[in-house]
Amino acid sequence: MAAAAPSAEFSRQHLIDPEVCIRCNTCEATCPIHAITHDSRNYVVDFAICNACNACLSPCPTGAIDHWRQVLKSTAYTLDEQLSWDSLPPPIELEPGSQAEVPSEIRELTEIATAGQGGPASPPWSADHSYVNLYSLAKPAIATVAGNYRLTAEGASADIRHIVLDFGNTVFPVLEGQTLGIVPPGLDRNGRLHFVRLYSVASPRDGERPGYNNVALTIKRVTADHEGKPAIGVGSNYMCDLAIGDQLKVVGPYGASFLMPNHPGSSLMMICTGTGSAPMRAMTERRRRRRALEEAGELLLFFGARAEEELPYFGPLMKLPKEFIDINFAFSRAPNQPRKYVQDRIRERAEKVVQMLRDENCYVYLCGLKGMEEGVIDAFRAVCHEHGQNWDELKPELLAKSRLHIETY
Amino acid sequence: MSTDINYSEKIPNNVNLAEDRTLQRALEHWQPGFISWWKDMGPEGSLDYDVYLRTAVSVEPNGWAQFGHVKMPDYRWGIFLTPGQPDAKIGFGEHKGEPVWQEVPGEHRANLRRIIVTQGDTEPASVEQQRHLGLTCPSLYDLRNLFQVNVEEGRHLWAMVYLLHRHFGRDGREEAEALLTRRSGDSDNPRILGAFNEKTPDWLSLFMFTYFTDRDGKYQLCALAESGFEPLARTTKFMLTEEAHHMFVGESGVSRVIQRTCQVMNELKTDEPAKVRAAGAIDLPTIQRYLNFHYSVTIDLFGADQSSNAATFYTSGLKGRFEETRRSDDHVLKSETYRLLNIIDGRLVEHEAPMLNALNEVLRDDYIKDSVGGVERWNKVIDKAGVAFRLKVPHKAFHRKIGTLSEFRVSPDGRVISETEWTANVTGWLPTAEDRAFVASLMGRVVEPGKFANWIAPPAVGVNRQPLNFEYVRFN
Repeated sequence: MAAAAPSAEFSRQHLIDPEVCIRCNTCEATCPIHAITHDSRNYVVDFAICNACNACLSPCPTGAIDHWRQVLKSTAYTLDEQLSWDSLPPPIELEPGSQAEVPSEIRELTEIATAGQGGPASPPWSADHSYVNLYSLAKPAIATVAGNYRLTAEGASADIRHIVLDFGNTVFPVLEGQTLGIVPPGLDRNGRLHFVRLYSVASPRDGERPGYNNVALTIKRVTADHEGKPAIGVGSNYMCDLAIGDQLKVVGPYGASFLMPNHPGSSLMMICTGTGSAPMRAMTERRRRRRALEEAGELLLFFGARAEEELPYFGPLMKLPKEFIDINFAFSRAPNQPRKYVQDRIRERAEKVVQMLRDENCYVYLCGLKGMEEGVIDAFRAVCHEHGQNWDELKPELLAKSRLHIETY
Repeated sequence: MSTDINYSEKIPNNVNLAEDRTLQRALEHWQPGFISWWKDMGPEGSLDYDVYLRTAVSVEPNGWAQFGHVKMPDYRWGIFLTPGQPDAKIGFGEHKGEPVWQEVPGEHRANLRRIIVTQGDTEPASVEQQRHLGLTCPSLYDLRNLFQVNVEEGRHLWAMVYLLHRHFGRDGREEAEALLTRRSGDSDNPRILGAFNEKTPDWLSLFMFTYFTDRDGKYQLCALAESGFEPLARTTKFMLTEEAHHMFVGESGVSRVIQRTCQVMNELKTDEPAKVRAAGAIDLPTIQRYLNFHYSVTIDLFGADQSSNAATFYTSGLKGRFEETRRSDDHVLKSETYRLLNIIDGRLVEHEAPMLNALNEVLRDDYIKDSVGGVERWNKVIDKAGVAFRLKVPHKAFHRKIGTLSEFRVSPDGRVISETEWTANVTGWLPTAEDRAFVASLMGRVVEPGKFANWIAPPAVGVNRQPLNFEYVRFN
């Protein structure tokens, strides 16, 4: 197989789980194009006929119908193969694009973002395999906007939006913490193509809606530059103005470092501001969906924003049970309250923070504006000092074990 | 009664209810009785719960399954007929090839009414049988599944009542009222069929009932879905999709009980029922005895092995066979025969009988084939756990109460035996009072989201892709 198989060769194949299916015939009776058939053993979907219209999904009483595998079109499972199964086969390893082919501008962006940890690092040992660079500028994936709504309150100064992209039949595997790239259409002031904008995926690997081939992004409409002067962000305004049904070109996925651990008992300390919450939301949601398995350790979140109304996902976060996630908000512009930043909250929770920094199974994630990085590291240094730990000795250890991940912009 | 009810909203339907004043009046009269029946005889103590239910709001794929939390008395029991074919023909019997009937032919009125009433009576009956089970649910997920089954049985009652109101005039209205007054297990005014007067005392019984007895429902509905009376055929076709959920509850329920039992057996490295029971799981021999009971009681529901009524229903085009249109014979069957079991001189022997008279047996045998398939899937769960045990459906002649075979004692492996041998062994074959007491002793109530009782494994997936710890039922 070629090092990077062109996307046209990949497809999602619809399969039925023979261990869950009760052979009730509902799917076969429902399918408008007769893509489903059966023998005395199994109900199966014909890859050549199924167009993923999903008409069969909701009538299925078992959930057995809702299984999708990324396959090479040339080696999709045949009807005979499916009819012989007692259980679904394990997913096939697709050959990912090699890191060397990641476009130079993406590499530069990544290096800037990860400068705080000395450039791109290894992922946690138990992170899942991430696919990178499946789609390039020359061959982007086409996504359809399935949702776009404002996360921040109407009166809030920031317009932060939750945008859901659906990839239809196109394979676009992402893990929590990965990013994807968008190229705004048209040309810039100098008549050149716009450069790629990277956005962290805000949804877990099984989709914004579980089992759907979609991802969510958290995007803030940029109306001022870093100095606060009015400036219309081309990428963010393009994204924030998308309407449901609009199609757009997507490249990536990218990122093989800022990934979550999967081993039982692993804990996450997440520190973010604003839209830096996107990967944290993805990881939290991943853990929430798997909560019944009782396999994970603790979640500790430090989340900063100007005020409650400006904080994306404030409502949903408030609904999460305390025993599931330990949330520490820091509001820097809350009316009639002293200004609080994430580093202040870290200091307030010194004991917990140090305990988690010392825990081999705890992984630390920092995402947000560059400005927060220094304050957080200082706070780490201070709380460590308080508890007889030397941060400057601990940090290299954390980095060596891939337990500290920083992405700031 | 107010005339500005929005019928399509309140009673989702594709039978043009908004335009049919006669039907509206009939249903307006019947509906309060139904709600009052639901409040008296529906799931105990559940009126105020918000339950994550699937509601059908149209027959299109995207309208089929709308999920959301609803209070059950507010459930929108709709009336749906699968879309018809423009020039559908009767597929069997002496009217084969004639256009299907949109109205009831006078000469078949009594028989059709009887068929519809018998089918309709089973729907509220099973709700009544299951009404106490919510108090001992093994999880919120299972509680929700029970309630989903219950509201869909309620909708199936609506479906049958629609046919009675729409097509049978005053007689139909009286029959519709009577469906609300009979009570499962009531000695003065029982439900029509025997199995629907039995208790469903525990969740293992519920899972066995939904696997075996609701599958009888599937086969009856499949036979009616072939009917020359098109409104009945189209109504039952739509009901089949819901029936599938009921069988799922049964198949996956028993499967999860088995999975948990095997897990306990492996943990304790034992196959001794007493040790499995001591660990709070249901031993496999007990599961086999429950299976024997529900299987044998259910195959009786297909009726006597030789039946002139069955022949009449078929010949007159009222009730076909399972997958009638997929069969390659002449669909008139006057010259066909079928092999039936009898017991002569203490031995089981086969004899030929005219197929028309044996149609109950034909449907029973189709049912048996289907039932065995799921039992084999349960065996795969046992195999996968590396446990040496196989569940089996008992012989067709075992523990029968209806038909030729009911006059003899037959062991689960198909030997004709004496009353003495039966009495000496029956406790190994059918659930004993002690078995039932043990299973009942496990029935504690588990309602913490994501938690499951010790005797049952969690399901592979949640409902509508929701996580297992989703709040499937909210108690208010």
